[in-house]
Amino acid sequence: MAIIEIQNLRKTFRSGDVDVHALRGVNLLVNPGEFLAVVGRSGSGKSTLFHILGGLTPPTSGTVKIDGQSLTELDEAGRTRLRRNSVGFVFQKYNLLPTLTIRDNINIARDIAGRSEPWDAAFLEVVELLGIAQKLDRKPRQLSGGEQQRVAIARAIVNQPAILLADEPTGNLDTENSNMVLDLLRHLNKKTGQTVLMITHDPEAAAFADRTVQMRDGELHSA
Amino acid sequence: MVYKLVYENLKHRPVRTLLSSLAIGLGVTMMLALVGVGEGMLEDQANRARGAGADLVVRAPGSSVVGMGSLSMNQKILDYVRARPHVTLATPIGIHSTGGVSSIMGINYDEFAAMSGGFRFREGGRLTAPDDVIIDDLYAREKKLKVGSLLHTMNRDWRVSGIFASGKLARVMIPLTVLQELASANGKITMIYVKLDNPANTQAVIDTMKQDLPEYPIYAMEELIKQFSVNNLPELKAFIGVVVSLAVLFGFLVVFLAMYTAVLERTREIGILKALGAGPGYVLGILLRETVLLAIIGSLCGIAMSYGTRWLIATFIPASMVQAIVYSWWPIASLITLAGAILGVLYPALKAARQDALDSLSYD
Repeated sequence: MAIIEIQNLRKTFRSGDVDVHALRGVNLLVNPGEFLAVVGRSGSGKSTLFHILGGLTPPTSGTVKIDGQSLTELDEAGRTRLRRNSVGFVFQKYNLLPTLTIRDNINIARDIAGRSEPWDAAFLEVVELLGIAQKLDRKPRQLSGGEQQRVAIARAIVNQPAILLADEPTGNLDTENSNMVLDLLRHLNKKTGQTVLMITHDPEAAAFADRTVQMRDGELHSA
Repeated sequence: MVYKLVYENLKHRPVRTLLSSLAIGLGVTMMLALVGVGEGMLEDQANRARGAGADLVVRAPGSSVVGMGSLSMNQKILDYVRARPHVTLATPIGIHSTGGVSSIMGINYDEFAAMSGGFRFREGGRLTAPDDVIIDDLYAREKKLKVGSLLHTMNRDWRVSGIFASGKLARVMIPLTVLQELASANGKITMIYVKLDNPANTQAVIDTMKQDLPEYPIYAMEELIKQFSVNNLPELKAFIGVVVSLAVLFGFLVVFLAMYTAVLERTREIGILKALGAGPGYVLGILLRETVLLAIIGSLCGIAMSYGTRWLIATFIPASMVQAIVYSWWPIASLITLAGAILGVLYPALKAARQDALDSLSYD
């Protein structure tokens, strides 16, 4: 069974007096443990797809299921629960809380999910793998962009979400750091079976995924 | 975890945290200083009344129990009082207001000294000439007066003949006859202080006097001292009410501004928390806890600053005002401030809780 099922998904925004059709009947199936890249230019609708899958905005029509859970009928509280339990985000701008240490940036995601137990061995291994184990007591500003993005990845998977959504995760990084982050995403995907859906405009980044789909004018096409 | 975030948020902006706490603290200080001055002055007045050494007091008809009073009682009453059984000494007192809460007291020096156990002069000595004045050490310090200095009051100059240790009913004393003349109130006094052969006879003497002088308020000294309470001063109670309201408003405005700015500044961070799955309650909880912590720090600052106001008063105007530290008002002032702070955070916190996660994440 697919972990992400999207059927005829549409999203229309109202911009002034004009309706903007960001998604025009998107269909997509993503299998558990798959690493999928959604590639498209700016304005193609890929970020809208990301926001709907992450429960950050509701769809206008169509069906979206994550891990069997339908997003279409979810209200704001339901979408909040979805973000808390089923989805992990990695953003282009890292989005770490500047006042907290790296350890606490990760722990706050656990706190929000109502989990207080210490990190398990598997997660400690991931922290080692991400190369941030020695920097847990530092503040984000003391880390490079690549390191901050690796912390964001750790935070995104600390609650073992059904899917990891990454929106242009290498958009702010140089080539060396980009490759390192993408390598890590792929490694995590292979090692832990974490489903990853990555939005990117960069074909080189997309090459790290198992499968790539193209987003054009609000519609998905196989690459 | 939330407390850590709250603590780090406050630590992250130390100047704002400090200024907000001090501003919140000012409200607490306002309340504590006012209540402290009210209590302190009444306590000081009670101590000085006790220092007169009398067992009972006869006041003019219609006079307030804790008010200064005026020269309105016929001095002939004194003869009646002196003739009562058990009365060993009765001395007339005249009080004349010199503006605000300041007054000057007229005494029969020898009688008053005998009743009060004598003045302890720090400098100089007794009243001798008609234009002599004796003052207590606090008044001397506040007005920077020494023996021989001239004190201008009641439209004339007085020569300071002695400076006595405070605690003897009044801070400024002149001969009663001179006071009566200057106030055009010859034969009039404000009250009579009475010493008995045995304090145990106080109630019996009062009962007898009340039968003969039904319209005169007559109090045992201890009973009179008990009347020196804020509860017997409705004007002060009303003023405290006004200051409490101002303090609530103050706390509300300070927290409203501080937290409104904080919410705007942290829009993106609120978006991050929401993206991680934080619900409105979680965000609300962070801001409420931050406010409670600010109010607690502010209250502690306010309590500390109330010691500062006490020091300022004791240093610069020791004779005009006395501020007590009223411990029982610490929790009251803190809770009032907390209430104002919580009212102040409600709108910013609700705004933050309702913020759209996506819009917040897009905020730069």
